[in-house]
Amino acid sequence: MSGMMQVSSARTLPKGLPQLAALLVVLLVNWLVFRDFFAVRLQDGRLFGSLIDVLNRGAPVAILALGMTLVIATRGIDLSVGAVMAIAGATAATLTAQGYPLPAALAAAAGVGLACGLWNGILVAILEIQPFVATLILMVAGRGFAQLIAEGQIITFVSEGFAAIGGGSFLMLPMPVVIALAMLIVTHFVIRYTALGLFIEATGANVRSSAYAGIGTKVVTIAVYMWCSLCAAIAGLIVTADIRGADANNAGLWLELDAILAVVVGGTSLFGGRFSLGLSVVGALIIQAMNTGILLSGFPPEYNLIVKAIVVLAVLLAQTPVLSGLRFIWRAKA
Amino acid sequence: MKARHLLTTIGMAALMLSSGAAYAQNKMTVGFSQVGSESGWRAAETKVSKIEAEKRGIDLKISDAQQKQENQIRAVRSFIAQGVDAILLAPVVATGWDAVLKEAKEAKIPVVLLDRSIETKDESLYLTAVTSDTVYEGKVAGEWLAKETGGKCNVVELQGTVGSSPAINRKKGFDQVVAANPGMKIIRTQSGDFTRTKGKEVMESFIKAEGGGKNICAVYAHNDDMAIGAIQAIKEAGLKPGKDIKVVSIDAVPDIFKAMGDGEANVTVELTPNMAGPALDALTAYKKNGTMPKKWIQTESKVYTPETAKAEYEKRKELY
Repeated sequence: MSGMMQVSSARTLPKGLPQLAALLVVLLVNWLVFRDFFAVRLQDGRLFGSLIDVLNRGAPVAILALGMTLVIATRGIDLSVGAVMAIAGATAATLTAQGYPLPAALAAAAGVGLACGLWNGILVAILEIQPFVATLILMVAGRGFAQLIAEGQIITFVSEGFAAIGGGSFLMLPMPVVIALAMLIVTHFVIRYTALGLFIEATGANVRSSAYAGIGTKVVTIAVYMWCSLCAAIAGLIVTADIRGADANNAGLWLELDAILAVVVGGTSLFGGRFSLGLSVVGALIIQAMNTGILLSGFPPEYNLIVKAIVVLAVLLAQTPVLSGLRFIWRAKA
Repeated sequence: MKARHLLTTIGMAALMLSSGAAYAQNKMTVGFSQVGSESGWRAAETKVSKIEAEKRGIDLKISDAQQKQENQIRAVRSFIAQGVDAILLAPVVATGWDAVLKEAKEAKIPVVLLDRSIETKDESLYLTAVTSDTVYEGKVAGEWLAKETGGKCNVVELQGTVGSSPAINRKKGFDQVVAANPGMKIIRTQSGDFTRTKGKEVMESFIKAEGGGKNICAVYAHNDDMAIGAIQAIKEAGLKPGKDIKVVSIDAVPDIFKAMGDGEANVTVELTPNMAGPALDALTAYKKNGTMPKKWIQTESKVYTPETAKAEYEKRKELY
């Protein structure tokens, strides 16, 4: 009997434990290579330190991961978020440089983001193109759009208001962190305090039976892609504001992969169904903590990607059912 | 049937007339296979090429390959089929050009390589290559810094994309100067992927890792964009870029002149976007008198400091 008890406890590790443990380990390793890692001081009225860098630099991917989590929960994927970041950034920067007021530029960027999401959603939900292919179209074409908007240049602007989105602070926290937190809270409440979260999970688990059960799966799917693109547009505004310029060629480049990785590291299955927004954000922080750690360590840059790959592999292995199974056998023997 | 015949005849007549006109003016037609428009510098190169061709009364046909070699090979083939007088090629990669260049050679169309060279056993496949010496650029940047600081300086380096040839060479040139000056040291080096965002992020960590930036005398960035990102990171750490930490970079794009004008950057080494000018000069001389140019035409790597920043910015902003 007691053996059985142990088995069940081994089988149901508290949710999120592997991710939080991994984050802790990465942070500790960072502290080992750089002893001042946890040192935080006040600089020009905002917190300043490596730990803050992790939060600040991780914010765009964390925001992307929020939208991506929902898309993946419907058994979809959105490869276009990096391109949407570039489009939104180029739109806002161009309008700001032309002298439009900040609210107009931000609204235009958000509008462009929502339109991109609507496009993706229609391709996936109405025309039933596979999400991978449907969003690949915008991933490729979108960067071209952004380059057209920016005319192949880095569009710089002078607007303290816009720059504050990337470099400002609120309650001593960098603005990107505040925005990411706000997005997490908003997304969480919309999803968990309405039936929407349940609809999304149902759609991802089984589209047909969800439709038979009366869920408007097409509407849910389109809404999810639009939210994902809106998140991407916000992330695009942050990176644009951060360098006070829209770099259509490089803004958000390959970040779709980091966002997907964050979601997967956070434990959401690519086969849809159950998801966790909070753990996806933790996933994004693990990735960024690694990036920052590598930069602080003084390792030659040639090793960056290898180190990253090994850590990601370790986190993913810790979550696999096979390894849980091994643990179960090991425990049973003991 | 008859109508179509007539149309064909008219078309052919028009074609003959137009080529006749071109012949009468003795206008040279040159095809230019451009890599794409992946950076501001590239866009400027295309713009400058058009201007330089116009200056010399040359008809320049530009084909954008969108960073793909197969598109460039196709473009070169179509230039051969059109019977252009010469071809400019800015090769996206170093290898795999032999077959198509042989076709050009057989058609007796000279090919000039722009801004990057290629690897081939048969150097007669191209007339000449107009490129900058990227090792030399790094060396010039290093020498300026060595002179400015009396050969004593702790440098942090922002490398370009890992494995790219400008990143390797600009590091190599700078390292030569560091090796010659015992007081100079590269204390940190990381890749900033040639972008502003990464340049800023990497510089943020460097500042923290080096005692809040107190140990850093200068930042050497493999391109201006990373330097511009680094300048923002230095400012946000409460330090003065250009004074507390010197800023040295390469490329000479307009925005770095703006930063220099504000006293936030110290020096940039130019990678000129005017590769087409010397190439067209060499081609004209070759076509007219059969003068064989040197196998490598090296463009000048000029050093720019804040004194001329305002004027240079005005000169450049239209090109980029």
